[in-house]
Amino acid sequence: MFSRIPISAIIGLTITSLFLLTAAFAPWLAPYGLAETVGGVWEPMSSQFWLGTDNLGRDLLSRMIYGARTTIFIALLATAISFLVGSILGLTAAVIGGWLDALLSRFVDLLMSIPTLIFALVVLSVLPANLLTLILVMGILDATRVYRLARAVAVDINVMEYVEAARLRGEGRVWIVFREILPNALTPLIAELGLRFIFQVLFLSALSFLGLGIQPPDADWGGMVKENKDGIIFGIPAALIPAAAISILAISVNLVADWILNRTTDLKGGRSGQ
Amino acid sequence: MASNTNSTDVSKGATGTAGPLLHIRNLQLSATVYPDDAKPHTVTIVDDVSFTLARGQVLGLIGESGAGKSTIGLAAMAYGRGGVHISGGEVLLDGVDISGASRRELRKVRGRQVCYVSQSAAAGFNPAHRLIDQVVESTLLNRTATAKEARARAIALFDTLGLPNPQNIGNRYPHQVSGGQLQRVMTAMALCSEPDLIVFDEPTTALDVTTQIEVLAAIKRAIRKTGVAALYISHDLAVVAQVSDEIMVLKNGKTVEHEDTRSIIETPKETYTQDLVNVRSIEHQEKPPADTPLLKVDGITAIYPGTDVAVLSDVSIELSAGQTLAVVGESGSGKSTLARVITGLLPPAKGSLTFNGQALPPELKQRSREELRELQMIYQMADVAMNPRHTVSTIIGRPLTYYFNIRGRERKQRVAELLDAIEMGEGFADRYPAELSGGQKQRVCIARALAAKPSLIICDEVTSALDPLVADGILKLLLELQSRENVAYLFITHDLATVKAIADSIAVMHRGKRVRYGVKSDVLTPPFDDYTQLLLSSVPQMKAGWLDQAIVERGL
Repeated sequence: MFSRIPISAIIGLTITSLFLLTAAFAPWLAPYGLAETVGGVWEPMSSQFWLGTDNLGRDLLSRMIYGARTTIFIALLATAISFLVGSILGLTAAVIGGWLDALLSRFVDLLMSIPTLIFALVVLSVLPANLLTLILVMGILDATRVYRLARAVAVDINVMEYVEAARLRGEGRVWIVFREILPNALTPLIAELGLRFIFQVLFLSALSFLGLGIQPPDADWGGMVKENKDGIIFGIPAALIPAAAISILAISVNLVADWILNRTTDLKGGRSGQ
Repeated sequence: MASNTNSTDVSKGATGTAGPLLHIRNLQLSATVYPDDAKPHTVTIVDDVSFTLARGQVLGLIGESGAGKSTIGLAAMAYGRGGVHISGGEVLLDGVDISGASRRELRKVRGRQVCYVSQSAAAGFNPAHRLIDQVVESTLLNRTATAKEARARAIALFDTLGLPNPQNIGNRYPHQVSGGQLQRVMTAMALCSEPDLIVFDEPTTALDVTTQIEVLAAIKRAIRKTGVAALYISHDLAVVAQVSDEIMVLKNGKTVEHEDTRSIIETPKETYTQDLVNVRSIEHQEKPPADTPLLKVDGITAIYPGTDVAVLSDVSIELSAGQTLAVVGESGSGKSTLARVITGLLPPAKGSLTFNGQALPPELKQRSREELRELQMIYQMADVAMNPRHTVSTIIGRPLTYYFNIRGRERKQRVAELLDAIEMGEGFADRYPAELSGGQKQRVCIARALAAKPSLIICDEVTSALDPLVADGILKLLLELQSRENVAYLFITHDLATVKAIADSIAVMHRGKRVRYGVKSDVLTPPFDDYTQLLLSSVPQMKAGWLDQAIVERGL
């Protein structure tokens, strides 16, 4: 299946895996410690500090590497939660229907009607500031979008004759949801997974930038932009580096997601006639 | 040549050159495929096909799905669907080779010289525009007539095609006319720009028999009146024989036989053509009904929730063990609703079901696992009746585990036996439905039903989506399984030929009512009621001139 990967997907795959490897092996890759002050404030790039130093004289490269770990780890966990919650509830609502579907869907509509960022800001400033709360809030808020997608896909599959055949056989709901519907809903969900992951990265960065995400001295990309943003006035690029990392990660994951989506929605070759 | 050529009222004489209108020489059509596990390569879909078509002539192209008949039809307008292109040979239209023509040149050909009538008129019309605007569109684009002339022409064509209220029907939207009417409007659309050639691609396949005969008569009349030449594509030889002067039989993209209609029907030379002509040659000895029926449907009235129209009203039937009851009727007659009532998907508003002497609960949820097992179902569209992500062994094996708790090696063994029973063999166990042909898919569905060891199988139009020869094989298999397993079939179909082949008793349905019911020989013996008469006389027969005769008899 990997014989014809378009060049864009190869670029996406390569960069994404580089980011993931960096995140996984952060303590071994980083030249300095996370919160270690090693030089002057906002030193330029040099052979000693490849990306220069930050607003407190810490090595920017090391913080970028640790930041990758925090950002990707939290985004992955939040994505996992949003998918588990969103897809199971979405599929169940589609299969059972009736008042359960109506109740869940209206509740989700209610959540979606409040701007996510504002909602998260309110919730996070009330709840205790720890990692678990952050991940849960991010995951549950995003689960609403996954719920919508999963339900929409499952409603279509639910009326297929093979599902009816399973019902006529007398199969229970667990078999119908997990063996008949889920395998067929999986491909659009997997393609969505990449996009949701990116939204989680952006969401986390936004929260940290606003001071409600990762708390210092821990590093994450959004927080690093915040720490170094004042340097921009003096022509110091330290804030742009984490910002660039965020966008490169977003683009490369999107390239992979696009490729998966293209492969799976390829119906009949799609080439029109002359 | 058949008798219906050279009619006197040909409005367009031989314009252009004196040669044939369409001359296809050694046509080869190819498509590039991009499989996941191999390099892209080119496959030849049609190879070395040649024919000529004179003005005013109709050539029938016949073959099973995949024979390349639609592809050839589209090649006559130098069009390739899904990456198909002309890779060899010539398509001479009025003496000009259009196979390598530029887009600009083709725009002048399509819609002006050659027009196309597709199988699904419902998908061919834009639902947002009025019919008449769509009918005159290509005429106006080609500027061969003024808007006023084009509209007048369209109205005249509506009249020729026997559409009701020809002056005003064009002001309707596509969803406001029936399927048969829409197909006739599409024919009017093709004829409106006064083309030299029309490609009819299965124009009546999606219609009921009683509607099909009206559309066929209208098409035939229009062809005769306008003198247009036509390629008529169908998988139904009996239909093609009614409208064509000559017939070309195709198989796997190659010509099998090309003769005039009468020779193909009466003296086919090739074995494949003979098979096509002799299809539905199954002889089935009718059995008398037993004293106690296996299934008793008593006075069923069914209404879909949220509506107040009775889809079924007071329908009663009985089915004996090991026998076949055919439920016949056109679409909308309630025959599929009857299946939904029996399976418990739609609890009836009135009436009762008795199965094996016991009352059958009306709702699916109330039925025991044993009751569900005894009653299995096979669907029309085998490809949506099987989960595309399950292998054949899962599809057939699941009922074994579910009903009999058979697992592991024993289940594998049993799946292999069932695959043998449907004449496919163990080798198919690991395939996915997408890797099976249409006939094989339906066989797997039969095996899934059989796995439950049921005493009744409901067959909902199980052969209507299949090619005639494949359908024949499925029917033979069903009959053989019936004699071996003593299973009863409730056979829902609109196809009377199938009914004649396999039924023991017949129930004719019309608008939710049972209009005729009894053992096969009684039902098919005159005197008939009006509806059964209409239904029986609408089934195309494999003989030249049947349509002409029917047109005269009915005054169509």
